[in-house]
This record gives sequence, C-alpha cells and structure tokens, in this order.
Amino acid sequence: MPSITREEVAHLARLARIELSDEELDHLAPQLDQIIGLVAQVSEVAAEDIPPTSHALPITNVMRQDVNVPCLTPEQALSGAPAAEEQRFRVPRILTEEA
Amino acid sequence: MSDLTRKTAVELSELMAGGEASSVEITQAHLDRIAAVDTSVHAFLHVDAEGALAQAADVDTRRAAGERLGPLAGVPLALKDVLTQDGVPTTAGSKILEGWKPPYDSTVVKRLKAAGIVILGKTNMDEFAMGSSTENSAYGTTHNPWDLGRIPGGSGGGSSAAISAYEAPLAIGTDTGGSIRQPAAFTGTVGVKPTYGGTSRYGLIALASSLDTPGPCARTTLDAALLHEVIAGYDPMDSTSIDQAVPPVVEAARRGDVSGLRIGVVRELGGEGYQPGVEARFREAVELLTKLGAEVVEVSCPHFQYALPAYYLILPSEASSNLAKFDAMRFGLRVGDDGNNDAEKVMSLTREAGFGDEVKRRIMLGTHALSSGYYDAYYGQAQKVRTLIARDFARAYEQVDVLVSPATPTTAFAIGDRIDDPIAMYKNDLCTIPSNLAGNAAASFPCGLADEDGLPVGFHVMAPVMRDELLYQVGSALETALTEQWGGVLMSKVPELEVTR
Repeated sequence: MPSITREEVAHLARLARIELSDEELDHLAPQLDQIIGLVAQVSEVAAEDIPPTSHALPITNVMRQDVNVPCLTPEQALSGAPAAEEQRFRVPRILTEEA
Repeated sequence: MSDLTRKTAVELSELMAGGEASSVEITQAHLDRIAAVDTSVHAFLHVDAEGALAQAADVDTRRAAGERLGPLAGVPLALKDVLTQDGVPTTAGSKILEGWKPPYDSTVVKRLKAAGIVILGKTNMDEFAMGSSTENSAYGTTHNPWDLGRIPGGSGGGSSAAISAYEAPLAIGTDTGGSIRQPAAFTGTVGVKPTYGGTSRYGLIALASSLDTPGPCARTTLDAALLHEVIAGYDPMDSTSIDQAVPPVVEAARRGDVSGLRIGVVRELGGEGYQPGVEARFREAVELLTKLGAEVVEVSCPHFQYALPAYYLILPSEASSNLAKFDAMRFGLRVGDDGNNDAEKVMSLTREAGFGDEVKRRIMLGTHALSSGYYDAYYGQAQKVRTLIARDFARAYEQVDVLVSPATPTTAFAIGDRIDDPIAMYKNDLCTIPSNLAGNAAASFPCGLADEDGLPVGFHVMAPVMRDELLYQVGSALETALTEQWGGVLMSKVPELEVTR
C-alpha cells in the first residue's frame, strides 16, 4: 500500500504549479512514495507535550526606522524581467475567458 | 616565483605585504590554473576574469599608496553561485535562472569586496542547493580532484573542488544540511558552518530560511578563520542576524590548544552504515586529541536518529514556499507565453521546464507536508522533533564543550551511484543535519585517507551557538598534530591533475 498515490502526486504538482508529463509522473510518484515512507518516521517519536521549534534561536520581529534609503532604480528592478513594458513587468493574462 | 596557486591565503598575504607578489600576479596565476584544469574538474559556472583582475589591480594600487589593508586583501576566492554579485550571472545551479544578472550584492559579497578579496567567479552546485553531489546542477556535475570519477560532495561541490584543485585558496559555501561540511570532507579541505544567524542571508537565494548559513571553505584552518571573520557579524538586512560580536575565531585558530577541553563523541553517529576507513581515521583523530590533553567522553543524543526525517519535512516545507517566487513573472525563465496561455499555465510550464527532478520532488513533498490534513502529522511533528534534537544538544553541552563525529558515513562516491536513489543520497547528511536543526556551529576538518579507497575523511566538530571559536581550536590542534605526523598537509597527497591548454 503506497503512502501516496499517483493521482495524489498529480494533484500536488497542480497545487505547486508544476506541469508534469505522464513520464515524469511515472518517475517521480514512486520516489515520492519512498521519501514519504522515510519522513513518516517522525511519527514514532512521542512528542505530544513538546513545543514546536520553527527557528533554532529565539527571534522577535525586527523593525527598521521608516526612513528613505537608496534602492533599485526601475531599470535595475526590471533588468531581469522576462518581459517589461512602460516601466512595468509585462505578464500573461491573469483572468480566463469565462471570468 | 614558485607556484602561487599552491600557497595558502596567509602565505599569499605575506608575499603581497613583502612586495614579492602582486594581487594581479596571484589572480592571474589562479585564472591560468582554472583555464588549465577546469575542463576536467568543472568547478566553475562562470569565471569573471576581467572583474577579478580589476579588483586585484585596485588592491595593488591601494597597497602601493600605503593604505592599510585587511589580512586577506588581494587574495582570490571562489563564490558559490547561490549568492548574488552585482552584474555577475547567478543561477543557483538552475535553468530557471539561466542568464540572470542580479542588480545588487549580497551582504557576504559586500563584505568580501570591502576586505579587498578578489572574486574569481561563481562555483557549481546542486540546483538551489538541493543535493549532496552537484549531480543535481542543471549545468553538469563537478568532478572530485582526488578522483575525477567521483563526486566532490554537495551542494557546494564547486567550491570544495575549486580549492582542492588549487583553482582558488578560499571559497564561500552555504550550509543548510551539510552543504559546506560534506563537500569539505569529500575533498580533504576545511569547511565551516557558522552559528545560524552569525553570517547574513541577505542576497543568498533561499532554500530553507530557518537553516541556511553561509560560511568559509579553505585548505587550512587559519585561512578559514580569517575568511570567517570577514563575512560574519550583524547585518540589519537579515532579520535573523545575531547582534553580537563575532566569536574570536582567528585567535582560536592561531592558538589551537585543546588541553582541558571536554570533547563528547556522539554514540549515535557511527556503527552500522559507516565505512570502516572513515571510522578508523575518526577514532585515530579522537585518540590524537586525547594525547593533546583533551578529555574525551562518549555522549548519547537519542533523537539524532530522527534528524534526517525531520529535516526532510522542514526543508521541503520551507523550500516549497521560498521557490514560489520562481513564477516566470519578474525574473528568470518564461515558457509558453504565446498570448493564449494564462499566467497560471505559463507559470506551470516554466516550472516544469526550469526545475530539475530533485527540486520538483522537494517542492511537492513540502506542499504535501503543509497541506491541511497532513500538517500536524508531518510539519508540526517535525518541528517537535526539532525541539527534542536541540534539547539533546543542550544536555550534551552541559557535560562537554564540543561534540565530534565523522563528517560523513562514507567517503566520496562514484558519479551516477546514487542519483536515482534519493534516500541513499539523503543519508550522506546524517551527521551534519542535527547542527542545522539546532542552529549551532559545526565544521569538517581533514583527518586522513580511508584505507579501502584512499579518499579523504572529514572530522566533524559541533559547538554551541556563538561558540564558533571552539571549532577552530579543535581543528587547528588536529591540523598541527596531523601535519607533523604525515610530514605535510593532507592536500599535498592530492593527485596531479592533467593540464589542458
């Protein structure tokens, strides 16, 4: 009994916005199943009353003074853009026809 | 002038201070070495000859003008391709960032430049630092200079290979689960993961933000300490940066005294699955430290056995979120933008084409671990295990000053050996992962060659948070004693690479 099915992997890929071909699914799904088998070992640890750690060190939110500091120019910020127009990122359409 | 590429950073610094060599000469010697051997090693993804020589000339001019310069001014360095450098291609080993030139310097790069360190170029790595061999790089595998048929470790295999191939005396790596220390172990070099928050993550392309730590790579302990001092320290641009003085790492590396130091051998990091030659060299190093006056005891860290599964939940969870920024909108690759496909389709096609298998596996695993219904059982439980691992460390440090283990269960493996077996690949990092989860400092130092394959073995030292100097104290004592015993440094045994012209 696999811990994750091929269909579930396909669903995860959609959630993660990764298009996967059938061949890629054939290759990746069994590997993910193995990996999930490994990571599921954490359930062996009795830890009901143990607090979770998200960061190794105690951290608090850090605020800086609200003052202007030098920053990127629009040209610099757009320098790596796949497409730019009128000092803005040009992106594919966001809404579908039906919307 | 004898071969400048064989010198340590300290020796190069002395040559420049004494007027016996210029930074331009030293930089050119390393660029020549790269041209001669990198076809077979493939440590570099990009060599910035022009930029490096300009930086070197600037240092020479300032020195001639009588300016007081830092100890590493004019010394060349190889930079892991995961740190941004203004105007220089930065890919993180991924197709999705091919050709991207960041418009700003990371804090590490800013500090390197301020110290007059000459950046030769960017080194190869597993894509987004996910891997232990560089085989996950989208730009080909780096070869281990000790045996070109083997991997140099990963993810920072380009950096470790560059220094062990004498292409650079210094390098920068980043360590999320062992990506500095495991490559150091596999190439007979020194690699240090500073305390988490001891070095800035600003401009480091994030893998797992609660774990990522930049650090120094070098052929000697003192060289690593000098580089550590340059890059470490509080940075307001990183919200998890520690606002405290940098631990006295250089002084500790110079002193190298372990008399009275309490050392704990971690019982759980050895035995089954560990190569005999690795365990033999490790035991001898422990005996040597005992002879040098250290008090050695065995300690138990029972939850370390769950570090690997906890790590492979925490890391993918953070990575799946961090890598969401590669959405084909603001930088990098864009695929399928034909005027017909909507943004979501373009995003999915781009991520399919731009990410390699390991990145896809980990993003999907992270997405799974964070999804409702699984969150508590996976991510939540992994965070609790993280607490238990930190408590194991805390208890151990009540008894001892530092903990030690082999850096890796085996020596460098053959290219292709584990690439289709993710779990075998993950087990490389058994010894190094606990320190990342607890955020403490750790390092690998060369301790000899394994009998069965003649390949380098790494000695792993773990120290409490912000006690990074203890690593150098142990590393330096070991290095001095072993160098005396061997009649030279371990790196002098690396085979000569064939030179192509």
